[in-house]
Order: sequence, then C-alpha cells, then structure tokens
Amino acid sequence: MGFFSKIKEGLKRTKEAISYKLNKLFTGGVLTDDFYDELEETLISSDIGAETTDIIMDRLKDEIDKKHIRDTSSVRELLKKILVDLLEENERPQYDYPLVIMLSGVNGVGKTTAIGKLAKKFKSQGRSVTVAAADTFRAAASDQLSVWAERAGVRLIKHAEGADPAAVVYDAAQSVKSKNGDVLLIDTAGRLHNKKNLMEELKKIARVVERELPDASVFNYIVLDATTGQNAISQVDIFNDAIDIDGIILTKLDGTAKGGVVLAIAGELGVPVVYVGVGEGIDDLEDFDSQDFVNGIMNED
Amino acid sequence: MGLFSSLAEKLGNVFSKITSRGKLTEGDIKQAMREIRIALLEADVNYAVVKDFVARVSEKAVGEQVLKSLTPGQQVVKIVNDELIELMGSTNSKLDVASKPPTVIMMCGLQGAGKTTFCGKLGAYLTKQGKKPMFAACDVYRPAAIDQLQVVGKNVNVPVFEQGAGDPVKIADNAVREAVKLGYDTVIIDTAGRLHINEQLMNELKNIKSKTAPTEILLTVDSMTGQDAVNVAKTFNEELDITGVILTKLDGDTRGGAALSIRSVTGKPIKFCGTGEKSGDIEPFYPDRMASRILGMGDVLTLIEKAQEAVSEEELKKMEKRMRENKFTLEDFLTQFKQLAKMGDINDVVAMIPGMNKANVDAKQIDERIGKYKAIILSMTPYERAHPEVIKSSRRKRVAAGSGTSVQEVNSLLKQYDQTREMMKMAASGKMPQMQQKIVRQKRRFR
Repeated sequence: MGFFSKIKEGLKRTKEAISYKLNKLFTGGVLTDDFYDELEETLISSDIGAETTDIIMDRLKDEIDKKHIRDTSSVRELLKKILVDLLEENERPQYDYPLVIMLSGVNGVGKTTAIGKLAKKFKSQGRSVTVAAADTFRAAASDQLSVWAERAGVRLIKHAEGADPAAVVYDAAQSVKSKNGDVLLIDTAGRLHNKKNLMEELKKIARVVERELPDASVFNYIVLDATTGQNAISQVDIFNDAIDIDGIILTKLDGTAKGGVVLAIAGELGVPVVYVGVGEGIDDLEDFDSQDFVNGIMNED
Repeated sequence: MGLFSSLAEKLGNVFSKITSRGKLTEGDIKQAMREIRIALLEADVNYAVVKDFVARVSEKAVGEQVLKSLTPGQQVVKIVNDELIELMGSTNSKLDVASKPPTVIMMCGLQGAGKTTFCGKLGAYLTKQGKKPMFAACDVYRPAAIDQLQVVGKNVNVPVFEQGAGDPVKIADNAVREAVKLGYDTVIIDTAGRLHINEQLMNELKNIKSKTAPTEILLTVDSMTGQDAVNVAKTFNEELDITGVILTKLDGDTRGGAALSIRSVTGKPIKFCGTGEKSGDIEPFYPDRMASRILGMGDVLTLIEKAQEAVSEEELKKMEKRMRENKFTLEDFLTQFKQLAKMGDINDVVAMIPGMNKANVDAKQIDERIGKYKAIILSMTPYERAHPEVIKSSRRKRVAAGSGTSVQEVNSLLKQYDQTREMMKMAASGKMPQMQQKIVRQKRRFR
C-alpha cells in the first residue's frame, strides 16, 4: 500500500484541483511553451527547487527530442522515470546487527517521534532495542521519548535535563553491550546546522559510539521535515560535514507538502531517503519507495 | 557553504553587467528578472507569488522610474527591495490588547513549528512589558507536551493552567475563567500541532476560538518552510481568520521566503520572529530586514542609501539641467568628486558594489588622484573654473604651483574634464543623462 494513498482522505479538495490541472496537462495535446511552464510549476511547487527543476527539464527535453515525442501524454511516464532514476542513484543502507542508528536534524522535524516509530519497527521484527535519550536540552524531551519507549515496549536510557548527551550515549552503549542488544537508537537534540558548537557535540556522540561499540554497524540519519524548502539542502550538507550522513528520514508527508527537495539532495549530495513518516501513529513509518514518492509529486496515487 | 551560489552573488553578476554599461535595455531587465525569479524561488518564496512579483517589478523596472534614477542597475535592486518590503507589510505590527482583560492569545500551527517554545518567549516578553500572563496547556496529544510547557513556564516565571489530557476546548475555557479569577491579564493558549488538512483538529481550534474569543490568533510558521507554506497559511486563515503570524527558527541560515508567501496569501501581518532557543530570543518583525535577508544583499541597500544621501534630488536636477544646456564646468566636475568622497571610504564603497571587490580597484590610487584633482581645481579662480578654455600655459603653470602638482597633472585633469563633458553632451542628446552612472564610469577610468 503506497503511503500517498493515506493522504488521500483529508486532501481531496487541494488534490482534485491540482490533479485536474495535471490531467489536463497530460492528456494528449501538442508540446507548447505553456505545457513546459506548467510542468515546471508542478516540479517547483513540490519544493524540487529552481535549479534542480532546470536540470530535470533539460533532461526531459533532451529525451523528448531523442525519442521524437510530439504528444504530451507520453511525457508523463518519461518525466516520472527521470525523477525515479534520480532518487535511485543512491543505494539504501543494508543492516547488520548490532546496529546503531543515530538521528539528528534541526528543531521540530520529528526526531523523537521517528525514534519511537523506529523502535516499534525493530521491536516487531523481534530485535532487542535500546533507546538513548541524548536530547538533554529541550524541555521534557526525555519525557516525550519515555512515552514512545513505553508504547514500543523498549528499554530507555536517560539522564537528567542538561546532562552531557555523550554520557547518555556512553551509558546506553554499556547497556547494549551487557545485554547483548541488537539495536541502539539515539535521539539527539534538535540543532540548527549553523551552530558550530552543537555540531561539535554531535561529533563527540559519534566518537563515543565508535569507541564503545566498534563492531556495530552505524547509520547516521538526518530527519527532514517534508514541509521544509530549499534550506534542507544546506541542512544535509552541513550535518554531512560534521558526521557522515547515510540517509534521510522524511517526516510529515501526510500533509500537503511533497518534500521534493530530497530530489535535489539526492542529485547533489548523493544521500538517499530511507524512511518516510506519514502520520502520528506508532506504525506510521514506512520504507521509502521512490515510485510512490514520484507519484505523489505528480499527484497520482 | 551552500551548494548554489548565493543570491547576492547572482544578482551581483547581473547588475554589475548593467551598472558597468550604464544603460539598461529591455533584454537586460529580462535577464535580471530571470535571476531574481530563480533567487526568490531558491529562497522558498512560493511559485505563484514569485510569478506575480516578478511581473510587477519588471513593469516598474522598464518604466520611466528607472531611467530617471541614479544608476539604473541599483534602481532595479531598490525596486525589488521596496516591493518586498511592501509585500511584507511595510511596518512592524504590534500585538493587540483586549479592551477588557484578559487578552487571550491563541497559538496554532503545524507540528514542530515551535509553538510551545514561542509561548515561553512571548510570556517572557509580555512580563517584561509589565503584563501578567498565564499559559493554558491545550496540547493534550503530543507525549509530554504539557511537561514541556511546564518547564518553559517555570523558566520564565509564568504559571501554567493544565487539566491533563482533557478536552482542549474546556481546558482553554477554564483557563480564561481562572485568569479572570486570579487577576492575570493575558492568557496564552498553547495548542497541539496539527495538519491544516485534519478537519477534526481544525474544528477543535474553531471551538476554542468561539469559546474564548481570542484577541490574537497567531499562526506559528517555521521560517524554513518551502512551497507548501501558502497551503498551510491559507487554510489556517480560512478556518480561523488568524490575526498574525510568528516566524520561528530565523537563527538558521534560511532565507525565509515563506514569510513573503504567507503575507501575500493571507494579507495578515507577521508580528514576531523567534531567533534562538532562549526565552529572550524574540524580536518584533521588521519587513525591511526580512527583505534584505530574502535578497541576501544588505550591502547593496546601504550603498543605495549612501548614494541617495550624497546626492540630493535637487543637486541631481541642477546637474542634469546644466548638462542639457552643455554648461558643465570644472566647478561641477569638482562637485562630482565631492559627492564621490561623501559616500565614504572608496574602499568600502567599492566593496559594496555587487560583483566588484576591493582587489579589483586600487582604491588608494583613486583617492590620491581625486585629492590632487580637487587641489588643482581649487587653485583656479572662479572665472577659470567656469571658463576652462582660458586656462592656457601660464595659467597652467600657476595652478600647478598653487596646488603643489605638476603641469602634466593639470593637463591630465583638463583632458579628463574635456572627455567627461564630451561624453555628457552625448548622453544629453540621447536619453536622460545620468549623473551617478557617470561617477561609476569615472571610477572605472581611474583604474
């Protein structure tokens, strides 16, 4: 079941308006400037960004020339293929256990919620899961995580508010070692990427993980809010500089935002999308499917 | 930092092409508009808003306004900037206060926009202004949201009214009653983050609204929001008739184009912005600062201001008239130098011009040369300045001695003056002459 079908219910009005326009766009007719303009509008409106849209449009026009396409109806599949190809240039991570997943990102993107959902996911696969509450900054962040850990039925390691996040992670690593745990999930404090000392803190946490769990396979995921615009590129770029980012968790895709900026990120930075968050329930985290995602951008189901 | 070249750089390239040529063609403007369009889109201004905006700017840019202006290139930047400011509401918009207390302020927005954090900031801000605020914890959905508000409340010394995970509408209503009873003059209602398309939760907000009759309904928006900002703002406004917008997380490196989109779609003012994680990190919103941010070009604006300060409208008109009448004298030539000097340190002035940097120009040399030219002209009699043709060899020797320069240098100045006058004659016979653009040309010749 594609995740975009979940959106359908609440979204009818906006969606129908856009769909109508697009369907009109793709049902036959000759390729005109207006046609390209509207296509460009669709891409830009989904936050793909002006520059990446230009690149995609150029590719599309090249293909159209090469294949001597004269008819708008064939263009739809062609464009979708270009978008899917862009997203699939980068491979998804393969997991080995013990596994450490650290989530980072700017404030309010849904890190804690994503941790809760991930915990549930691994738990239901029969894994032994530990969660480290390394967001010691935001008021009541660890309380929030406690609720999620309880819901998922996993172990939580937390310190008092204001404690050193690296110390929390150290304790969590010891716990994983002594209990032979499979998965350690680390929730970090939201931080704006242009705050240098906070990025250093993140590096410190990464060093602790490497030192304490040298045999674990470690994945650093950045959590991006699908409503975020072009700034997401800068976010991934800078987090990637601090700690190598292995993938993206794209949250809040259950709204009207399309999250198209990940196309620019895939193209420019080679960071793949791994999961998508599609709701507030504990099961609302799905593996990323580029075909579904592109259908969403093109307003199809 | 950043993958795409910065906006200032991009616009700088376009406009330096224009400013260096002095005259704008429609093709130039088209090219500039294309760059502005891309720049605004990369700043996350909504597609439709950009389209509209660029149409309006280009209309003004090809109009007479630009041709009558200081340098046309800079004028285009100025038009863009002015239009941005106007779109964002021109002036700072303050919080409304209820005529009969308590003033109820209802916060709303998507998840993670920063509502609870902002409640804390607003509480601290109002306390500082002598108000007595109280928080109402109406986010009963997100785990530990009430705890978070309580921690925030403790930090800023504002009490929190909470009734656990009850009905948010009832809690809000009870909070207002409690405030009346206990003598609090402001109630800030923290609501749960919700998607604008979630009908059930939007209805809940409507019910809180009708029960508590808030003076302010503030939509909290993450300044990093992309194209979807318009959908969100539009829906919240349609459902709740919001009174204002709060822009959060402006301490990042985002350009914040969402601000522009929201303002133009809802027509509602942006009242505050959040600029950090501490309770004091709250600022009233100023459209002009936001415009500079979206354009990423504060420097250019400073340059324009300086140019405007240096050359008064009147002086400019006088100068234009003299040129048309071909009465440009050495006195006017001197005035030009003085204007250039008034704009400040040449080095700084040059650095402010997009696309030019200090390395391009030996500013010290220019300064020295201007100093000498000034000395030479000042060593002439008023008659000589008005009638340069009378300055023959003996007068040249006298002027050189008087100004501490050489005859060669006096010759060079007179030659420069002749060239300038010639050029002006041409300009005057063509389109409207441009004083400022001439200054730029002059500067180039000094290289």
